[in-house]
Amino acid sequence: MNDMAPTLDIQRIRADFPILTQTVRGKPLVFLDSAASAQKPRAVIDAMVGAMETQYANVHRGLHWMSERTTDAYEAARDAAARLLNAGDRHEIVFVRNSTEAINLVANSYGRGILKPGQAVLISGMEHHSNIVPWQMLRDSHGTLLRVAPVTDAGELDIEAYEKLLADGRVGLVAITHMSNVLGTYTPAERLIKLAHAHGAKVLLDGSQAVVHRRVDVQALDADFYAFTGHKLYGPTGIGVLYGKRELLEAMPPWMGGGEMISSVSYERSTWAEVPHKFEAGTPAILEGIGLRAAIEYVESVGYDAIAAHEASLIDHALARMSAIPGVTIIGRAQDRGGVVSFTLDRAHAHDVATLLDRNGIAVRAGHHCAEPLMHRFGLESTARASFGIYTTHAEIDTLADTLVKVREFFA
Amino acid sequence: MFDDVRDLYNATIIDRGRRPHHMRRLDQFDATAKGDNPMCGDRVQVWVKYGPDGTISDTGFDARGCEISKASADLMVEAVAGQTAEDTKRLFAAFRTMAQTGACPDCAAAMEPLRLLASVHEYPSRVKCATLPWHALIAALDGGGRATSE
Ligand SMILES: Cc1ncc(COP(=O)(O)O)c(C=O)c1O
Repeated sequence: MNDMAPTLDIQRIRADFPILTQTVRGKPLVFLDSAASAQKPRAVIDAMVGAMETQYANVHRGLHWMSERTTDAYEAARDAAARLLNAGDRHEIVFVRNSTEAINLVANSYGRGILKPGQAVLISGMEHHSNIVPWQMLRDSHGTLLRVAPVTDAGELDIEAYEKLLADGRVGLVAITHMSNVLGTYTPAERLIKLAHAHGAKVLLDGSQAVVHRRVDVQALDADFYAFTGHKLYGPTGIGVLYGKRELLEAMPPWMGGGEMISSVSYERSTWAEVPHKFEAGTPAILEGIGLRAAIEYVESVGYDAIAAHEASLIDHALARMSAIPGVTIIGRAQDRGGVVSFTLDRAHAHDVATLLDRNGIAVRAGHHCAEPLMHRFGLESTARASFGIYTTHAEIDTLADTLVKVREFFA
Repeated sequence: MFDDVRDLYNATIIDRGRRPHHMRRLDQFDATAKGDNPMCGDRVQVWVKYGPDGTISDTGFDARGCEISKASADLMVEAVAGQTAEDTKRLFAAFRTMAQTGACPDCAAAMEPLRLLASVHEYPSRVKCATLPWHALIAALDGGGRATSE
């Protein structure tokens, strides 16, 4: 593939994902639920199976050949993640189970260890529950405050309100999504970070969705923390990444204790391993790390320019087709948006819509998308959501639109 | 395209889901409980009034959710009218089995109208939509509070 041309050969990409040849109820699978979890390319499957078949032992502790090779393969995933995010230093990559664990790590370590009671954590009105609940728990156990920057009717962050919430200097940490899993909105991360830093706050970006669609450069953004989850990036479940600036990670206390994270242990006291191992207690997700590396390399081989261009044209197509269907309302009309379209249908509840779409082989998600406060902000209990991946085609969006017309007729 | 879903989305279910007959809050009631399905965000509240003999004399509900959960709540109200708490629990057990398996073992006469929902078993992710109002009703009979269909 030519790096310069931002196009991708969709048929070649689709051939890389074995599951896409499956049929559902006799219909070709139209998988429009990648924002919940993406499908896996052959490269990821092969990397994981290959490790189990040829090269597997515990990592970081064996003096034998198998352990050394496995450690190398696992640690190569750290290099891949550092490259993906353009981290300056591979020690800034902490492996966790998923985004949820990454955020909980920051809440428990940075939150309890560095933030003082009375300081505030600022989130936005479009967070996933995983970036709400840990801060409530911190508030209740540690005495921090929780502030919420509102979302506009278009589904964008209200920047003026955001700045006002920072103004009194009490905010110690901003924890905010980089792209909404419901609205598709990208938040203006660079600007948010500049404003936060100007008011003395650190910033954690929840990149669970953004990193799938867009090149992320944590140094250019000057992000203090960045979280993402492997299974949405065409990698396996059970592995995620927390990027943290090295000086922050070093100043933070460990969260979980156990093997792997210590330097020495006696009954009187233990000393901690260097970062990132200080935060990686217990045997890690070795195979998943190996799979994540393969996923990152796969995404790199396609290239973010091509991915972003493909998805931009998918979104344009989806918005045009779906807006033209009477009774369909699209929730969120942000200028800068990624491959997620939430919608409601006038004549049927989102679950009923999803059940009927499924009859035509179309997988969408329906419900509150783990973002109940955001749903309520728009006066909704639930929406249906179509989300796109690297392998999504224009024809699949046409199938969705054509089927939605029929769903609406069904409920006439 | 959707001929095969008519087994579940039959005319009665769609009609009851859309225009439930019993979706109302009781002004006077003896028990109430809420139910929610945290997986999908459906919510229901059920109010119950007992007659002098202790059987259910009136039931009302309020629901935010899909057609299946509302239709199920609406049919439930009719099925439990005049039943004792014990009978209602037996009915729920039978209904749940039917929703999960499609079969209705030792189906009491009171189950008849509920059979319209039997094919929900072919839609595993929707079974909880159908059972949610029942969980709320049973919680009300047991003294109130909250229930989930998880
Ligand atoms: C924006 C966002 N944040 C966090 C998460 C949580 O990811 P995980 O469940 O892998 O921890 C998700 C996905 O569900 C998400 O979309």
